[in-house]
Amino acid sequence: MNNLNNNDELQDLYRDLILDHAHNPRNFGRPDEATHTAEGINPLCGDKLHLYLTIDSDNRIAAAAFEGSGCAISMASASLLTETVKNLPVADADACFVAVTKRLTIRSSDSAAIANVDFKELRALDGVRRYPSRVKCATLAWHALHAAIQHPQSTATTE
Amino acid sequence: MADIAHCRSDFPALQQDVNGHPLVFLDSAASSQQPAAVIDAVARYQREDHANVHRGVHTLSHRATELYEGARDKLCHLVNAASRSEIILTSGTTESINLVAQSYCRPLLGPGDQILISWLEHHSNIVPWQLVCEQTGADLIVAPINDRGEIELDKMQALMTDRVKLLGVGHVSNALGTVNPLRDIITSAKKLGITVLVDGAQGVPHMNVDVQALGCDFYAFSGHKMFGPTGTGVLWGREKLLEEMPPYKGGGDMILEVSFENTVFNELPYKFEAGTPNIAGTIGFGAAVDYLQSVGMQNISEHEQALHRYMVAKLAAVDGVRLIGTAREQASVQSFMLNDIHPHDLGTLLDHQGVAVRTGHHCAMPVMQRFGLPGTTRASLALYNNTDDIDRLIAALEKARQVFA
Repeated sequence: MNNLNNNDELQDLYRDLILDHAHNPRNFGRPDEATHTAEGINPLCGDKLHLYLTIDSDNRIAAAAFEGSGCAISMASASLLTETVKNLPVADADACFVAVTKRLTIRSSDSAAIANVDFKELRALDGVRRYPSRVKCATLAWHALHAAIQHPQSTATTE
Repeated sequence: MADIAHCRSDFPALQQDVNGHPLVFLDSAASSQQPAAVIDAVARYQREDHANVHRGVHTLSHRATELYEGARDKLCHLVNAASRSEIILTSGTTESINLVAQSYCRPLLGPGDQILISWLEHHSNIVPWQLVCEQTGADLIVAPINDRGEIELDKMQALMTDRVKLLGVGHVSNALGTVNPLRDIITSAKKLGITVLVDGAQGVPHMNVDVQALGCDFYAFSGHKMFGPTGTGVLWGREKLLEEMPPYKGGGDMILEVSFENTVFNELPYKFEAGTPNIAGTIGFGAAVDYLQSVGMQNISEHEQALHRYMVAKLAAVDGVRLIGTAREQASVQSFMLNDIHPHDLGTLLDHQGVAVRTGHHCAMPVMQRFGLPGTTRASLALYNNTDDIDRLIAALEKARQVFA
């Protein structure tokens, strides 16, 4: 019985969607036209990624891409991020940063900060909530997103 | 001699389930579990004997001092120091090495001088030297390792010149398990009069260490990697060198006489032990030495070597496992990769099955860079592990591979 529960939990963390994004990250690579970039570093794990945003004159994210290396959770989260923020106004994308980091670090999901965000595929990250040591892996790319929006060239760490 | 198979029951922490499975603890190189004898010794002191040491004339202070200094005597015998004056009690290997960097090297070094270490070193045997090099204008130079994770002895010897004022080298690599050829290294260094510090954090828990026979000048080790409490450690140093070194920290207990004009420092080993020490931890450390000796270092060494061979053979047979660190002489540790699964994912997958391993760079980032890896998964052994633990690790790896298939 315990074994069964355990397997369920494992599959909750490493859902098919997560493994798919980890193995085949979307928008992976360095685009030529990025206007905003940030480096995300998780010193504890050694995870490292670069996030590239192309923000147009309407203050909308026209394109998002990343490159880097890390565990499946950090890679999948970055991949999902690039799909999520594409075509979003910058303010909405930054609201996603707040919402995702809150969602993964608080127990209840009814906070006002996350009420207006449609998480869709991002729900796949929910499995990390049970793993305090892995939350930083999942939020790394989002910290980089926030940093890139605040300062066109910056470095974010999870510490 | 105790039967080593029964030792496991001496460790309360090992008698628990984790994530629905009996705990398999393969992370002793990071910090080992404590036997009831150590936990009880600390608790007994806290309940009955606590007072400050070296100060009071009352009974409890006397008892605390006896227990604390008794631990020093045990440590002195454990590593065969020439005298108890040579056993400086510290907070651990890191502080021991910092003490040598600041108290021995800092007054001695200048521009053009060098400190020599190996590529295998743990951060605590790198960063203290970097700091003192910055302070003095000396240079840190590094002897390379080969693809098996062994120090390239001839290249290290070629780096030994009269510019090298100190050589710092680990006894056993925490990341790869390599047992370094200390006898050859120390003999070569001594021919040139180079002072040698051995980082013994991964040595003392697993084998007989005789500092006089080794021929080094300093030997540093930690209590918490040998079944003692955290925050305890030893710097052993040759008395002559320690006598010549200035104090590392100032405060109470390290003085004989203080006025505002002048202070007369206490004799060894107290000159280096300012302030109220970690009395409870050190008493536990002494109990850990008693425990190790009751099992027998030779007994422990043989048990771990046999188990290490079993672990390496089993790991090598797992489809997709790549061993990192294949030195001809290894102790207690094996690092590996499983397919392209990131070590942190693997660590979580194993933890789910009750198997505790270390994942990441093991505080030895240069070693990881040498192998082009962000980190590894590391299984490390102690006297309480057995073949069932290894079989559980192997089964957990098979399952992890399926999850990531």
